[in-house]
Amino acid sequence: MEPFKFIRVQDDQSAIRAALTIGTKFIAGGTNMLDLMKLNIEAPKQVVDINKLSLYQIEELPNGGIRIGALVKNSDLAYHPVIIKKYPVLSEALLSGASPQLRNMASVGGNLMQRTRCPYFYNTDFACNKRVPGSGCAAIDGYNRNNAILGTSDKCIATHPSDMCVAMAALGAIIKVQGPKGLRTIPFNEFHLLPGQTPHLEHSLRQDELITHVEIPPIPYATRSHYLKVRDRTSYEFALASAAVILDIQNGRIQHAHVALGGVGTKPWRAVLAEKVLTGAVANEQTYRTAAEATLSQAKGFKDNTFKIELAKRTLVRALTITGGMS
Amino acid sequence: MNPSIGKPIDRVDGKLKVTGAATYAAEFPIKNLAYGVSITSTITKGRIKNIDTRQAQKMPGVIGIMTSENSMQLHYPAGSDPGNGKFAEKDLLPLQNDRIFYGGQHVAIVVAETFEQAEQAAALVKVEYDQQPAAIGFEKNIASAYKPASGLGGAETQIKRGDAEMALQTAAVKTDETYTTPVYHHNAMELHATIAQWDGDKLTVYDATQSVMGVKGLLTATLGIPSEKVQVYALYIGGGFGSKGFTWANTLLAPMAAKQFDRPVKLVLSRQQVFSAAGRRTQTVQKIALGADQNGKLSAIKHATTSETSFVDEFVETAGLATSMLYSCSNVDVSHELVRLNRGTPCPTRAPGEAPGTYALEVAMDELAYKLKIDPLQLRLINYADIEEQKKKQFSEKSLKECYERGAEAIGWTNRKAEPGTLKEGNYLVGYGMATATYPANRSASTAKATLFADGHAEILCGTQDIGTGTYTVMTQVAADAFALPVEKVKVKLGDSSYPKGAQSGGSQVSASVGPPIRAAALGAISKLINLAISDSASPLHGYKEEDITADNGRIHLKNNPNNGETYAQILNRKGLEKLEAQAKTNVSTRQQGPPVPAPPGSPEAKAEEESKNNKAVQEDEKTDRKDYAFHSFGAQFVKVLVDPDLGTVKVDKIVGVMDIGTVMNLKTATNQIMGGMIFGIGMALMENTQYDPNNGRVVTRDLAQYLVPVHADIPEIEVHFINKPDPYISPIGARGIGEIGITGITAAIANAIYNATGKRVRDLPITPDKLIA
Ligand SMILES: Cc1cc2nc3c(=O)[nH]c(=O)nc-3n(C[C@H](O)[C@H](O)[C@H](O)COP(=O)(O)OP(=O)(O)OC[C@H]3O[C@@H](n4cnc5c(N)ncnc54)[C@H](O)[C@@H]3O)c2cc1C
Ligand code: SF4
Repeated sequence: MEPFKFIRVQDDQSAIRAALTIGTKFIAGGTNMLDLMKLNIEAPKQVVDINKLSLYQIEELPNGGIRIGALVKNSDLAYHPVIIKKYPVLSEALLSGASPQLRNMASVGGNLMQRTRCPYFYNTDFACNKRVPGSGCAAIDGYNRNNAILGTSDKCIATHPSDMCVAMAALGAIIKVQGPKGLRTIPFNEFHLLPGQTPHLEHSLRQDELITHVEIPPIPYATRSHYLKVRDRTSYEFALASAAVILDIQNGRIQHAHVALGGVGTKPWRAVLAEKVLTGAVANEQTYRTAAEATLSQAKGFKDNTFKIELAKRTLVRALTITGGMS
Repeated sequence: MNPSIGKPIDRVDGKLKVTGAATYAAEFPIKNLAYGVSITSTITKGRIKNIDTRQAQKMPGVIGIMTSENSMQLHYPAGSDPGNGKFAEKDLLPLQNDRIFYGGQHVAIVVAETFEQAEQAAALVKVEYDQQPAAIGFEKNIASAYKPASGLGGAETQIKRGDAEMALQTAAVKTDETYTTPVYHHNAMELHATIAQWDGDKLTVYDATQSVMGVKGLLTATLGIPSEKVQVYALYIGGGFGSKGFTWANTLLAPMAAKQFDRPVKLVLSRQQVFSAAGRRTQTVQKIALGADQNGKLSAIKHATTSETSFVDEFVETAGLATSMLYSCSNVDVSHELVRLNRGTPCPTRAPGEAPGTYALEVAMDELAYKLKIDPLQLRLINYADIEEQKKKQFSEKSLKECYERGAEAIGWTNRKAEPGTLKEGNYLVGYGMATATYPANRSASTAKATLFADGHAEILCGTQDIGTGTYTVMTQVAADAFALPVEKVKVKLGDSSYPKGAQSGGSQVSASVGPPIRAAALGAISKLINLAISDSASPLHGYKEEDITADNGRIHLKNNPNNGETYAQILNRKGLEKLEAQAKTNVSTRQQGPPVPAPPGSPEAKAEEESKNNKAVQEDEKTDRKDYAFHSFGAQFVKVLVDPDLGTVKVDKIVGVMDIGTVMNLKTATNQIMGGMIFGIGMALMENTQYDPNNGRVVTRDLAQYLVPVHADIPEIEVHFINKPDPYISPIGARGIGEIGITGITAAIANAIYNATGKRVRDLPITPDKLIA
């Protein structure tokens, strides 16, 4: 670990001002940031503790949506009665992530910004374009069982590891950020970036911007939603494949469908093709399977992770079946 | 007083541990301590061309940087016995030259005033290498396999009886399959850690080790210093599982650096470093062919294991050893081969050999049972070994049939349907599986010292250690019974090399090895006390015979008149004695072939040996002729699993282990050991595995987020039962070891249950979702 300057700020403006200094990083729960620093993957010159900011509220909005402060702890969000009632998929996704201790520390903002779990990224002895642009990618020809099958490039095949983000992708959340020039709104789908030729660029937040809130739009039918995660052990492990599903079914027909996948994409993966198949179709196994096939038709497997294509399909079919039942 | 042995008493060190008061190797407060950080190689094979330390040297707090250019020269250690000091990589004493044999090998130690300063400077050391082509990948190098001469402790590796090849050709029913197991890492909670402090020519070392005496022996040899100048402490150890059985480089590097920079030095390996520089369980490929007649009677067993080792030492995972004795069969062929790879050296891991070996053999037995259409449990009974057929010896004690019976009952074996895929619970397929567990019962020479104090309490000193298994507790019980004192009055001290030499914590041998001399030493002290009283005219027991007197609850009295007696304290006080000491050494060894080696003259052990000649308990113990017996523990593992066939996930629903391990000395610590082993087995079966990069051969999965071990959510209801029948020959206490047997058989039982649920026979561990949906 490199020595760094540590400051603690009391309000958003001071945070943003501090972030104008090159090499500044915010720290919230620290559950990802500290590991990255200890393993010499990130070496910020200045670390700004934002835990004193007043970004801990979960508020219902007049339009029926909900606004979540960036510092709300993952567990507080997961166990919030309104979330449990209106957006079960989000609560379930959060609770399927990490461990109780980690969820008690992890913040919403930090979860959005958490970095990949590609083992080569965490090991400075190996080439990694995400860590050192242009150095190569050890995973593409290496051990890549946990890497992505959707949205990969010839420069990087790392998955986005978050569970919360998969639910938020399905919910079409909106990210509110504040910078020196004021407030800005980023649609969820535009927040995380595909690796392309620049896998070190992971999101559309600028260096001097602070995430202040996440807004979830009103989705009355989101009460019928589910998050399913498949992994190598029962708890405390990232997804091999996961699915967030929200279905609006009337008289056996799917009126609206929101679907996102985790553990398989280089970003939280909104399954647009699946949604197209589902919308207007009869809620039955045939439909679910067709939707899964459609979305995974874009997938590309690597040496050790081709199984994820079939596993993701089955995970999605199961999540749809649990949520929508069979007509 | 009721005996304490057998009572489920709480751990005597439990409170110290949960309150953080127990000091582990890295936790001793040493004045003026400097911190070492190791820099490890980033190439897999080659030579160090240059180490540029200039920038790092200038960093704040840096005291010095030790490399092969400036480090002290070590002497080559001769030992291959971990109890006397086995260095894990005999051809790679640390920092002696520029050669690199694997990724993650130590190349330099940065020593600084603080850990943070050492870390920061370490990142600035630039190492240049000349890379050479390395042996990478097990399968790719399998053609270079060779037959090792012997295994750990001289274990045979090529075992034959009858003609298995012939018998296979004529067998009515056969199976012939290959089973593979990956590299596993021990992942003890406590990392490998050493603090070394020189005081003139005297060296004190605090080490995370399974053998204080072994470390002492090794330091004496490699540093070339007299043995009385070295003291090693390991008061508490945060798990070893074999990884601290051999000695690794950190134990030498800390004293080397401490000498070089004239400061006490602490060196703790990082979790990542432990994955390459502190041992592991080797990968195996096991080919097993079984032949049987239509009734299921085995006529042939062939078990050929290929495992891998490093270029700097040879470690054989003797997976086939148990196969030579587990079942009755006239034609057996067990063989082992080794491949050398550029990886760190493997070492014992909980039940080395037996853990992967019983996986393969016991899955093969299940496959045979299916071919024969015989219940797998029945097949075990048909082939029950009444004697150890390879050595042609009686078992000292074997109640395996009872284990099978009780296990079957506890899991509800009758609910099992032979046809896979027929039992369901909701979305899940239900499967039942079973397997036999086995592990040799080891005992080796050990010494202990007992002291009775005038205040009525007693103490035991023994140079063994408690690696977290409960040795402190169980030995307190042994000593309390022998001293005839309540456990609160007995203090057992371990983990200090200045104590009389006790056994190494490996091979499940500690209880069986140090229990008898601890008992004998305590009984010896009581005998001395009785003789004091007899010869003292002021004692009410004056003039009686020793045989007429007994000890009870801190008091000796006439057997036929308890009122006539006096307390230990009364005798010692009257005599003006502060304390009374006795020592005992038992030479019994279940492994040693020839006569016991006498202790070196003048050593503390020699004194104990001398005294033991008049110790009745030692004489009695050593009188038993053990050469006609085979010493083994046995058990039966039963498992119920739920498998989601679409998603390939496995939920272990219930596991039952019934163990025949001789006397159960403490039900709590015993259950804990077996349960821990069974949980290890869940990890082995379903998730654990270490991955090496296929291109450069270095470890990829090297932390606890990438290397999965079972978490609470993976652990089902566990039932542990014991037969609790004392072994009449192992020792007067009757306890065989218990640390390792729990992990044997369980992996196969899980794999067999998964087959019973799904009809899928996965022969490549771990059984992860991808393999079940394939
Ligand atoms: C062992 C382990 C297992 C885990 N398992 C899972 C899992 O199964 N599923 C899962 O989803 N996650 C898992 N996680 C990841 C965990 O969810 C994240 O570490 C956590 O959400 C990060 O939040 P934090 O507040 O601790 O972030 P920090 O570590 O404090 O920060 C992370 C990043 O976010 C930035 N940041 C934080 N807040 C803001 C803000 N308001 N504005 C701008 N930038 C900000 C920081 O600068 C930093 O770059 C696991 C983590 C660990 C260590
Ligand atoms: S997949 Fe991405 S994160 Fe992993 S090694 Fe390649 S570039 Fe780095």
